[in-house]
Amino acid sequence: MSTSTEGQTESTKEVVQIEEATIRFCGDSGDGMQLAGTQLTNTSALAGNDVATFPDFPAEIRAPRGTLAGVSGFQISFASRDIFTPGEIVDAMVAMNPAALKTNLADLKRGGVLIANSDMFVKKGLEQAGYETNPLADDSLDSYQLFEVPMTKMTRLAVEGLDLTMKEADRCRNFFAMGLVFWLYGRSLDPTLRFIESKFKRLPAIAEANKRALNTGYNYGETTDAFTSSYQVEKAKLTPGTYRNMTGNELSAWGLIAAAKLSNKELFLGSYPITPASDILHELSRRKEFGIRTFQAEDEIAAVCSAIGAAYAGHMALTTSSGPGIALKGEGMGLAVMMELPMIIINVQRGGPSTGLPTKTEQSDLLQVMFGRNGECPMPVIAAKSPSDCFQTSIDAWRIAARLMTPVMILSDGYIANGSEPWRIPKFSDLEPIPISHPGPRADDDEPFMPYARDEMLARPWALPGTVGLMHRVGGLEKSDGDGNVCYDPDNHQHMIETRAKKVANAAKLIGPLEVMGPEKGKLLVLSWGGTYGSCRTAVTQLQEEGQEVAHAHIRWINPFPENLSEILSSYEHVLIPELNMGQLSLLIRNQFLINTINLNKVKGKPFAVEEIVVKARDILG
Amino acid sequence: MASAELPVLKASDFASDQDVRWCPGCGDYAILAQMKKVMATMGMEREKTVFVSGIGCSSRFPYYMNTYGMHSIHGRAPAFATGIKSTRPDLTVFVITGDGDALSIGGNHFMHAIRRNVDINIILFNNRIYGLTKGQYSPTSEIGKVTKSTPMGSIDNPVNPISLAIGCEAAFVARSVDVHIKHLGETLKRAAQHKGVSFVEIYQNCNVFNDGAFSYATDKAIKSDNVIEIEHGKPLIFGKNRDKGIRLNGMQPEVVELGKGITEDDLLFHDEQAPEPTLAYLLSRMRHPEFPEPIGILRAVDAPKYDQQLNDQLALAKEQKPNADIDELFNSGDTWTVE
Ligand code: SF4
Repeated sequence: MSTSTEGQTESTKEVVQIEEATIRFCGDSGDGMQLAGTQLTNTSALAGNDVATFPDFPAEIRAPRGTLAGVSGFQISFASRDIFTPGEIVDAMVAMNPAALKTNLADLKRGGVLIANSDMFVKKGLEQAGYETNPLADDSLDSYQLFEVPMTKMTRLAVEGLDLTMKEADRCRNFFAMGLVFWLYGRSLDPTLRFIESKFKRLPAIAEANKRALNTGYNYGETTDAFTSSYQVEKAKLTPGTYRNMTGNELSAWGLIAAAKLSNKELFLGSYPITPASDILHELSRRKEFGIRTFQAEDEIAAVCSAIGAAYAGHMALTTSSGPGIALKGEGMGLAVMMELPMIIINVQRGGPSTGLPTKTEQSDLLQVMFGRNGECPMPVIAAKSPSDCFQTSIDAWRIAARLMTPVMILSDGYIANGSEPWRIPKFSDLEPIPISHPGPRADDDEPFMPYARDEMLARPWALPGTVGLMHRVGGLEKSDGDGNVCYDPDNHQHMIETRAKKVANAAKLIGPLEVMGPEKGKLLVLSWGGTYGSCRTAVTQLQEEGQEVAHAHIRWINPFPENLSEILSSYEHVLIPELNMGQLSLLIRNQFLINTINLNKVKGKPFAVEEIVVKARDILG
Repeated sequence: MASAELPVLKASDFASDQDVRWCPGCGDYAILAQMKKVMATMGMEREKTVFVSGIGCSSRFPYYMNTYGMHSIHGRAPAFATGIKSTRPDLTVFVITGDGDALSIGGNHFMHAIRRNVDINIILFNNRIYGLTKGQYSPTSEIGKVTKSTPMGSIDNPVNPISLAIGCEAAFVARSVDVHIKHLGETLKRAAQHKGVSFVEIYQNCNVFNDGAFSYATDKAIKSDNVIEIEHGKPLIFGKNRDKGIRLNGMQPEVVELGKGITEDDLLFHDEQAPEPTLAYLLSRMRHPEFPEPIGILRAVDAPKYDQQLNDQLALAKEQKPNADIDELFNSGDTWTVE
């Protein structure tokens, strides 16, 4: 069979122009749905669409095949305009088995395209999914455009003669499904063919099989009478530049690499594997040529402590984790605050409390990172708003950490960490350098070195071990300001607590004002933070198009808040704060600004649907 | 000659300006004095040395040294030290810890720093009690110990720090006693010279909460019967008159009297460089009162060091990808351009 891609775009069938499409691949966790989604994402991005993705992993990696618990999904939205979310209403769904259909069907729009692998809708699979009758055979799917495709049979036929086992042949089914979807949306097969070639370089038979499956799926769409039309999404009008598709975790890592270089430092990461943060560890581990040391510690505590050691030794120090790990790092972070050493802690949030929902998203660690340490222990906190924003967030966090000699917390979440979108590639030379200086050597008869002397921002000097004459001791006991010696004096303790707080508050002078999208004053302000940016921005845009008097402000720095936040909040009659928690930012805002806020809270392990925010806003607007 | 111009530091040059605040008579003083002396005799540089400690009486140690230092949090000193040594191989790093700090709350870090063989020196002051918190039993306290938290006697089986370290395949393991000043100095020196992790257990008297815990090993009248100074390549002989020895009976050590047909050649000979830690482990199991307890270097072998390998990997990556360019990284893979 030929693997030529010629004629792919010259369909003889009708081509319908659409502005946006949302597709979901779902199947068993062994069906390769994440791969299928990633390929469609990259291809669409390369075709010039704006894209946004939402991978949805099962919590149990080893759930039995074909069961509801083992269903894995990947959703992608691509559009000819700017999009901020991977969509909520699915236009086309590929269901590889009955369990996938059962758990995902609710999100498919009425009249949407449903492609089902009919070979799997047999007794065992139906029973496992809890279907009493075959949904493909009864009338339960009448309101959808159902396409029953015998994917297993067709894939096996396509790979015949390649001497594959049945298992190996069946593993190519996701490429068949991809081929079919690629036809449906007029996508080129080339990027995926290139991917197959490089991925299976050493397994030529598997490479050939996957290529055949992909082509067979594509040709099936073209030749079968079942599909009468395909769809076309034009290029999006993105800001000019060179783009690539990136996940939030990848960009957190690249932002850190850039920040290290901008400050002339080598990066040290102490980390312990945890979902959904491990990909940052993985990405940095393979970038040693940039002077990056990664240390997979024995536990979360050793991870943060090794990083603090590296900070004391003069490196750019980092630890990465998620809520449960952050809980364990509490005492270590307190020490970093006390010793006033710069470092970054990343919390990629997931559903809590306790082990909670490891693979699902939530924003419920905000109060934990603000207050979850013993004593008065303030730390700057910044939250990334989107996958691409993770890059700048890393840089901004290190700039503050290094300038103020303080640990800085970055909040990300499972949704933006695993989600991806086009990232406009910056030129390194366009990024603002992060200047760092260290005190020089001293002779014995110089004035004694003062490790806790402070500059105008209240930062202390970062003296590097190895420097002659700067020998000094740091630790967790209260320090006397200036000389840094252990000090139990009551007035000094009061002074130091106030000083550390003022120092963190000084970050507000460095972070710039908060911007508002929409009217400067009026009826309603939607105030958001973190990964809900996309849903809130889309919802407010929609409301503004309806002519509603509503504005949107999105906070990246949560501690300290931007200096003009107070003024902004007082310019609107109502402030709506949508959060994927039970009202944590709201609590902070109410406390600091003594205003009433309206909460919209959701803790279902899923991002907001735009509609949920729109409905709530309309409610308030009356 | 340049070296002649370098100022020669005395032990007192290693003392910081802070008042030492241990209880009068505490065994920690002797250890502090020996450490300063060893650093001076070895010509170590103050600015190139970092003392890291956890929490406990012994962990006050870094404050008293005119070097770089970190008084960290309870049990975690090996983790901080790992971060320091991994990023700054040019520094000499000491971990000062106690029996509660290293073996109870910090057991995990102790074990992993040792098995990784990070080039740090872990000095454990074992006083078999919690001193700072005023007298609770510790993980090395003997069974039946009556303390404030064990009024009916402790029921915990104690851990043997040396056995534990050897179980983690520690490349350098030694034991000494606070008041055996010369032996202690020599042991600390060997530990500092060793590349890779060095673990030294020091019997340290807490004269306030556990006075005399090691009197069997320190009392002039009886100590020669209760400790055995082991030396590489030498037979295991002890006793005031050096008339007793340790012989192997199958896999079991036994105490024998020299003479009466038993000569030195029948005794167990110490080999600190034995590739397998079996002998060192066997020695570590010799406990008072059944056996004299070994002091000296139980094991000293060369093994791959974590920090060195980490930095070697970095060097190799830089060699394989010279001139690593961040713009090139950003633009690698599938990209597209919007005009
Ligand atoms: S309590 Fe014991 S160990 Fe602590 S300083 Fe006093 S004598 Fe030394």
